Amino acid sequence: MSTLPLAVRDSTTMLRRNLLHARRYPSLTLNLLLTPIMMLLLFVYIFGDVMSAGIGGGNADRSDYIAYIVPGILMMTIGSTVIGAAVSVSTDMAEGVIARFRTMAIHRGSVIIGHVVGSVLQVLASLLLVAAVALAIGFRSTDATALEWLAAFALLALFALALTWIAVGMGLASPNAEAASNMAMPLILLPLISSAFIPADTMPGWFQPIAQYQPFTPAIETLRGLLLGTEIGNNGWIAITWCIALSALGYLWSTSLFNRDPK
Amino acid sequence: MLGPNGAGKTTAVKILSTLITADAGDLHVGGHDLATDPQAVRAAIGVTGQFSAVDGLITGEENMLLMADLHHLPKSQGRQVTADLLERFDLTEAARKPASTYSGGMKRRLDLAMTLVGSPRIIFLDEPTTGLDPRSRHNMWQIIRALVSDGVTVFLTTQYLEEADELADRIAVLSNGRIAAEGTADELKRLIPGGHVRLRFEDPQAYESAATALGEVTRDDEALTLQIPSGGTQRELRAILDWLDTENIEADELTVHTPDLDDVFFALTGPATLPHQPKENAR
Repeated sequence: MSTLPLAVRDSTTMLRRNLLHARRYPSLTLNLLLTPIMMLLLFVYIFGDVMSAGIGGGNADRSDYIAYIVPGILMMTIGSTVIGAAVSVSTDMAEGVIARFRTMAIHRGSVIIGHVVGSVLQVLASLLLVAAVALAIGFRSTDATALEWLAAFALLALFALALTWIAVGMGLASPNAEAASNMAMPLILLPLISSAFIPADTMPGWFQPIAQYQPFTPAIETLRGLLLGTEIGNNGWIAITWCIALSALGYLWSTSLFNRDPK
Repeated sequence: MLGPNGAGKTTAVKILSTLITADAGDLHVGGHDLATDPQAVRAAIGVTGQFSAVDGLITGEENMLLMADLHHLPKSQGRQVTADLLERFDLTEAARKPASTYSGGMKRRLDLAMTLVGSPRIIFLDEPTTGLDPRSRHNMWQIIRALVSDGVTVFLTTQYLEEADELADRIAVLSNGRIAAEGTADELKRLIPGGHVRLRFEDPQAYESAATALGEVTRDDEALTLQIPSGGTQRELRAILDWLDTENIEADELTVHTPDLDDVFFALTGPATLPHQPKENAR
């Protein structure tokens, strides 16, 4: 069999294996899903009044803040669920069955590709759940066209792919699940210091560059623009560049780690 | 491949099964060069490692079907092979339970069944019976014998001499990463001058006079026994008996000790070559 059909076939088999794991042991994904949902409810219902007042210059109501925070929460969902990819990759690498795969005449990259595609699908499912919660508490897109919805979905999927590749690299670089989980922690912390909860320009001046020059802020601003009609500006291109760069980096890192001789 | 812990058996299997790359050397498996065409080697071999290479999170049956998919068998054939092998390895009843709940012997059987899905002509078995109870070990031996009689080449590592004696056509003794000896079990036994006739005495005086008369013997003054080197053939034995008669020596017990693989093993992998154990816990 030539390379491409072999790659597709073996990767599909590996994907099925990973989805089977996820379906049989969903607790990891569901636990990680709790963080963004808790954040959403906490910021809207506990801190909501102050936050709305801050955002709208003193007279906004809570629904304005819901609209502001949901795009950030969606991006945060990606950051938090890909931690699951880092953990499951590192757990998987410790399994004897991976050594078996390495001695079989299968497409070399299929193990990793199966993890990546499986993780992206899990992230998308998580996004649907979080979006449902957001709709339930009153989030409404103001004027998004079908095309803008499609672009928003594509952006979320691309961002999920980028962070998954990085998380898979982290999983491969970690000796065990605990280390993988610690190493992937920044993926859930970065949204906290982005424009997810408050606008970057309301932060202290010295801190603004940190919020500005990281992948979450441009991605969140782009999503906001698509769903709520705010100004996107350069953020669209910056977000796409971040996604492509992170994907390429994570891909090269992961494949070189996987192709090393195992210990 | 026979050797003590740390001799390099698992490393040898890892290299030959393409899991890790060799530092040096020119290696061929099934006619394919390991360095230039590892994928062709992989297509020819099956590996069952020391630590079970099964996916514990999914069921035994799902493990088998996974292998069938990775060997690109058509769906119906995959199901057939899975059912046949599960039956043959007495796993049909447990087929729908997660592999992590299997006992050690069951895991090892599932492991080997998974290896057989692709009908490899060369199988590497790295210490397939380590940690198994006597019954499971015996089962595993029967399975291995059946494979060999089907024409499969089996490369087996073990630290049990009995196992090598039972199963192997050719034995290589590995010590400190080097092959110390190679050949059939009989050839190896001939290498070692372990055979002797042992004479035991009750009376210290008879022992002393026999020892003086016999001259070239190994003495054990504590146990009052003498060891006379001998290959254990009838002719050699009669010569010793005749000689004892002419010297008028009467021993209380006479035993013939023929060399076994134990002698070979201890002689070739003796304490002088204590293996350097890798520090597993240093991480």
